Amino acid sequence: MGFNIYDFTEMTHNMHLWFLERMSPAMTTVVEWTIIGVCYLLFIALFGLFLVYAERKVCAAFQQRLGPTRVGYWGLLQTIADFLKLLMKELIMPKSADKFLYNLAPFIVMIATFMAIAVLPFGKGLQTMDFDIGIFYVTAVSSIGVIGILIAGWSSNNKYSLIGAMRSGAQILSYELSVSLSLVTMIIFAGTMQLSGIVEGQRDAWFLFKGHIPALIAFVIFLIAGTAETNRGPFDLAEAESELTAGFHTEYSGIKFAFFFLAEYINMFIVAAMATTVFLGGWMPLHFGSLESFNHVMDFIPPLVWFFIKVCGVIFLIMWFKWTFPRLRVDQILTLEWKYLLPINLINILLMCLVVLTKFHL
Amino acid sequence: MNAIFEYFGTIFKGVKTLLTGMKITGKYVFTPWKHVTQQYPENRETLKMFDRYRGEVIMPHNENNEHLCTGCGICELNCPNGSIEIISKMVVSEDGKKKRAIDQHIYHLGMCTFCNLCVKACPTGAIVMGQNFEHAVWDRSKLTKVLNQPGSKIAQGVKE
Repeated sequence: MGFNIYDFTEMTHNMHLWFLERMSPAMTTVVEWTIIGVCYLLFIALFGLFLVYAERKVCAAFQQRLGPTRVGYWGLLQTIADFLKLLMKELIMPKSADKFLYNLAPFIVMIATFMAIAVLPFGKGLQTMDFDIGIFYVTAVSSIGVIGILIAGWSSNNKYSLIGAMRSGAQILSYELSVSLSLVTMIIFAGTMQLSGIVEGQRDAWFLFKGHIPALIAFVIFLIAGTAETNRGPFDLAEAESELTAGFHTEYSGIKFAFFFLAEYINMFIVAAMATTVFLGGWMPLHFGSLESFNHVMDFIPPLVWFFIKVCGVIFLIMWFKWTFPRLRVDQILTLEWKYLLPINLINILLMCLVVLTKFHL
Repeated sequence: MNAIFEYFGTIFKGVKTLLTGMKITGKYVFTPWKHVTQQYPENRETLKMFDRYRGEVIMPHNENNEHLCTGCGICELNCPNGSIEIISKMVVSEDGKKKRAIDQHIYHLGMCTFCNLCVKACPTGAIVMGQNFEHAVWDRSKLTKVLNQPGSKIAQGVKE
């Protein structure tokens, strides 16, 4: 089995053949599913913990603080300690809560996250499923999460949870439109919904540069709407610590709370990864048209590293939003969506159509 | 037409103000040496509290063991939660007049909320707020302090 950090297609193919030699095709499928599932589980747990740590450090830096410094060097073990603490906590069941739905809700949120993460291209050949309707699939499954949030709010038998869940429902329902339409803009430009095809289309230049004005507008709208979809600040009125204690997950404790918490951060990763894939060239290195030597130097950095550099950049931007802007009211959130983002988005699609028709792009 | 200008005007104004905010917080992130967090137990030797910090009520004495307190009891009256008790005594001055003076200025640190009212009310400026903040003791009775030092007396020229 050759190991090539620039192209994983061969490696995964060889692994598949290696399994097929030793067991039946059905067994191979099961084993491969298990391996991939465990990989994603590990990735979600580790990257989620890293994101929580990064958020605390970044938040501290935005507020001129230091953040966690005591547990481990630079506080690196802080989130692991927090996670262990959460694992050991008692699972409290509220009185007269709907037991079945109450236990189901965290899993729905987590499953939606898992399903969305499955199609992301991490590198060349490092993609579990390459649907030809990849973007459509991501927008579809990422909105399953809101059902989990609604169920959590409803089954907790707590007025704050219900208010939080309802706010979240109104918000995600509205902002789903903007996310989809800004992605539609880029689908028109790319000519495909397949995520690997979109990445391949950005070989010579990222879509953000290729599509210039309409792509830039779509990128900004995607960032705003994506932040809103993950229920993060300044759109975190679904949990609104100061008004609703913690919104829909007020009544959750222990590992169930950790599920919501982890899912929120991984959703942020998914939004950042989608922004990276569609606008910033996915795992493609940064290339400038005629600078041959520069392009060659950039080619030496492995695609996986490129992908995570870009994702971390977008995540930093989202965190920047959260720790700078004050929280919006419900009416302000709906005004922003229906009066500003949606009309601009529709006009932007027309603009993109014109750009594609007149071939006025790089 | 006006409505269109207004619509785009609000958008640009909104974006501008948001970018202003992001510029400010961005400046905080990229100047990490300006962070305000104190790594307390490690920097205990060098840590200096700022002048306006209210750590405790103290009564400064000069080199002759003299203070400015006349024992008038205004601080005791002004204290909202009774942290100050004034025990005064009568002394006979050189010209034979009887005069009130401070015997013990008792300060209950455990009851103090550091509101600064006693310092503001003091007519002679005898008490001030000190910067010491390490007040942990093993015994509660140690939190009751006598602010005037033993054998101290009022400085010359303090008007009642």
